[in-house]
Amino acid sequence: MDPGLAPADRVFRYGARGIGLVVLAITLAIGGFLGYQGVPTLHRYGLSFFTESRWLPNRDIIGLASVLLGTFEVALIALVIGIPLAFLTALYISEYAPAQLRSLFVGVIDLMAAIPAIIYGLWALFVLEPHAIDVARWLNQNLGWIPIFRSNTDADAANWARSSFSSSAFIAGIAVSMMVIPLACSVMRSVFAETPDAEREAAISLGATRFGVIRLVVLPFGRRGIIGATMLAFGRALGETIAVLLIISPAFEINFHVLSVGTMTVSALIADQFGEASKSQLSALLAAGFVLFLITLVVNTIAAVLVNRSRSGAATEI
Amino acid sequence: MTATTDLDVERDSAFHAHDDPALDLPRRLRVRTFDEIACAVGAAIGSFAIVWLVYERLFPLAGLLGFVVAWYLTFLLLTVLLSRLANPGTTVSDRLVSAVVHGGAIVVGATVVFAASFVFVRGWPALHHLNFYTHDMAGVRPTSPLTQGGISHALVGTAIQVGLAVVIALPLGLGTAIFLTEVGGRLAHVVRTVVEAMTALPAVLAGLFVYAVLIIGLQWERDGFAVSLAMATTMIPVVARSSEVALNIVPNGLRDAGLALGASRWQTVRRVVIPTALPGLATSLILGIARIAGETAPLLIVSGATTFFNTDPFHRPMNSLPLFVFSGVRSGEPLYQTRAYGAAAVLVVFVLVLFVLTRVLSRKRSPS
Repeated sequence: MDPGLAPADRVFRYGARGIGLVVLAITLAIGGFLGYQGVPTLHRYGLSFFTESRWLPNRDIIGLASVLLGTFEVALIALVIGIPLAFLTALYISEYAPAQLRSLFVGVIDLMAAIPAIIYGLWALFVLEPHAIDVARWLNQNLGWIPIFRSNTDADAANWARSSFSSSAFIAGIAVSMMVIPLACSVMRSVFAETPDAEREAAISLGATRFGVIRLVVLPFGRRGIIGATMLAFGRALGETIAVLLIISPAFEINFHVLSVGTMTVSALIADQFGEASKSQLSALLAAGFVLFLITLVVNTIAAVLVNRSRSGAATEI
Repeated sequence: MTATTDLDVERDSAFHAHDDPALDLPRRLRVRTFDEIACAVGAAIGSFAIVWLVYERLFPLAGLLGFVVAWYLTFLLLTVLLSRLANPGTTVSDRLVSAVVHGGAIVVGATVVFAASFVFVRGWPALHHLNFYTHDMAGVRPTSPLTQGGISHALVGTAIQVGLAVVIALPLGLGTAIFLTEVGGRLAHVVRTVVEAMTALPAVLAGLFVYAVLIIGLQWERDGFAVSLAMATTMIPVVARSSEVALNIVPNGLRDAGLALGASRWQTVRRVVIPTALPGLATSLILGIARIAGETAPLLIVSGATTFFNTDPFHRPMNSLPLFVFSGVRSGEPLYQTRAYGAAAVLVVFVLVLFVLTRVLSRKRSPS
C-alpha cells in the first residue's frame, strides 16, 4: 500500500477492506455451504434428482422434477399477472400522474414493497381465493382447449367441486404477483424517469400525443429496463416462500394443469418439510436449497446486468 | 412506419393551425378538454348499463369480479367508439392507452389498500382488547375468549430479534458501503457484484444456512439469537446497497475539500461524508428493517414457537409476530385465527411506522 499513508488511514483502509471481506465471506459461505452439503445428495441420486417427481424420503425416493416444475409455474403465473400491472402502474406514475402527486404514488409503491409477504398470503387465501376459483372455472370452461387450462374434474357439472380449483399454482401465482409488482414497478419507473427530457420535448414539439411520447421515446429508451425488471421480478418470484406455503396444497406429481389443486415449490418445500426432517432428509432439503440458490443467482445476475446497462447506455446529451 | 404517419398527421394539423393567427397558441398538454371528460363519463355510464343488462339480466352469469372485468372491457370499447366520432386516430389511441394505464394503476392501488386494511377488519375483535398487547399466551388455550391472553411475547420477541439483527447487520452493511465508495479497488468490484446478487437471495435460504451451520453443526438452541443471525444475513446486502447509493450522492467536492484541508481519509469520511449522507443512511437502515421484520420463512426453520414471555435471546426459543400469525392462521381455530389477524395488523402498523419514518428522513435529505 501507499507508504506515505497516515497510520489512522491505514487502519481505516484495512478495516474497511476487512469488513468487505467478511461480507464477501458470509455471502460466499451460504452458496459454498449449501453446495458442500448438497453435493453428496446430488451424487447419491445422480440425474434422477432432477427427473424423479416423487418426494418420499422414507422410501429413499427423492426428486425435484415436480417441485421445479411447480416453482416455475408459480413464478411464471406471477409474472404474467404482475408484470403488465407493474408496467401500467410505472407508466401511470411517470407519464400520467399529476406532478404534485407523483411522490405520493411512489411512496405507495414503496409501501407495497414493505408490507410483509405473509399479509399478502392471508389476503390471497381469505379474500381473493373465492373469486379466483370462479375465474379459474371460467378459464377452464371457455379456454379449456388450451392444455394448461385443462382440469382433472368436470367443471360443467351442476355440482362442481370448488375445491378442485382451490390451492392451485394459479392462486399461489396471484399472491406472488402482489410481491413482484412493487419490485418491478419501482425499477421500471426509475428507468422511465431517466428518459432524457430533450427527447421527450422533441416528440411533444413535433405534435406527439402522450401515447406518442410513450411509444416513440419512453419505451424504446426503457426497453432494457423493462426486461431487467422482469428478470428481477422472476428471481424474487422463484424464491417466494410464505405466501405460496399458505395457499398451496402440497402435491408431488407432474401437473401442467395450473388451475387444478395441488403443486409445490422449492422454497415452500424447504419451509414445509423442515419441521420433521431427519438427517438424510435435511441434506436432501439442503441440496434443493442449493438448486434454488443457483437458479436465483443466475436470474438475478442477468437482471442486474440488464438494469445497469440500461441506465448507463442510451442517454443522449444535448 | 406507423410512428412517422402518426407524427405526420399531427404535424399536418399543427401546420394548418398555423395559417390562422387566432389558433396559433401553444398546445396545452395536460389539460382535459370537455370532449375528453364527456367521452370518459359517457363511456363509464354506458358500459355499466350495457354490462348490467347483459351480464346480470340476460345471462345467468354471476360474480363481482366477472362483472367488474366485463364492465372495464366494455368501457374500453365504448371509449374507442365514442372518441372516434369527433377525433383523429392518434387521439383515439391516446385515450385508449390512457384508459388502460389508469385501469392498471387503479387495480394496483386498490390492492395495496385492501390488503393492508383487511387484516385490521379481521383482527379488530382482538385488537380492541388491551390484554392483547400486554399478556402472553402462556396457559391460554387457543379456544379461550379474546379477553384472555395476548401477543406481548411475540411483540417483544420480534423487537429483540430485529434489534439484534440491526446490531449485527448495520456495522457490516455500512462498513461494506464505505469500503465500496471510499476505498474501492479491484476487490470492491467483486464485493459489489456479489452483494448485488445476494440482495435477492431467498430469505428461506438464509434460514437454511443458519440452521445447518449453527443448530446442526454447532449444536445451538433454536433461540432468538439464531433468528437474528438469519435476519442479519438477509439484511446486510440490502443495507450495503442502499447505503452505497446514499454515500454516492455525497459530492466529490466535499471529499476533496476535506482532504485539501489536510484531513486524512478517515477523518474526511467520519466528519464530512457520513454526516452529509446521514439521512440517506438512516433510510437504508429502515429499508433493511422493513425487509426483515415481516420475513416469516427463515423463522419457520430457525425459530421455535413458544407461548411464554422470553427476553433472553441466548436461551430457550422466542416467539415472534410473523410466526404467531402463521401458526395462528394454520391452526384452524377461529378465535386463534382472529388473534393471528390482530398480530398481522400490529405487524402492518410496525412496518407503516418505519415507512413514515423513512419518508420523513428522506424528505429532509432532498433540499440539500
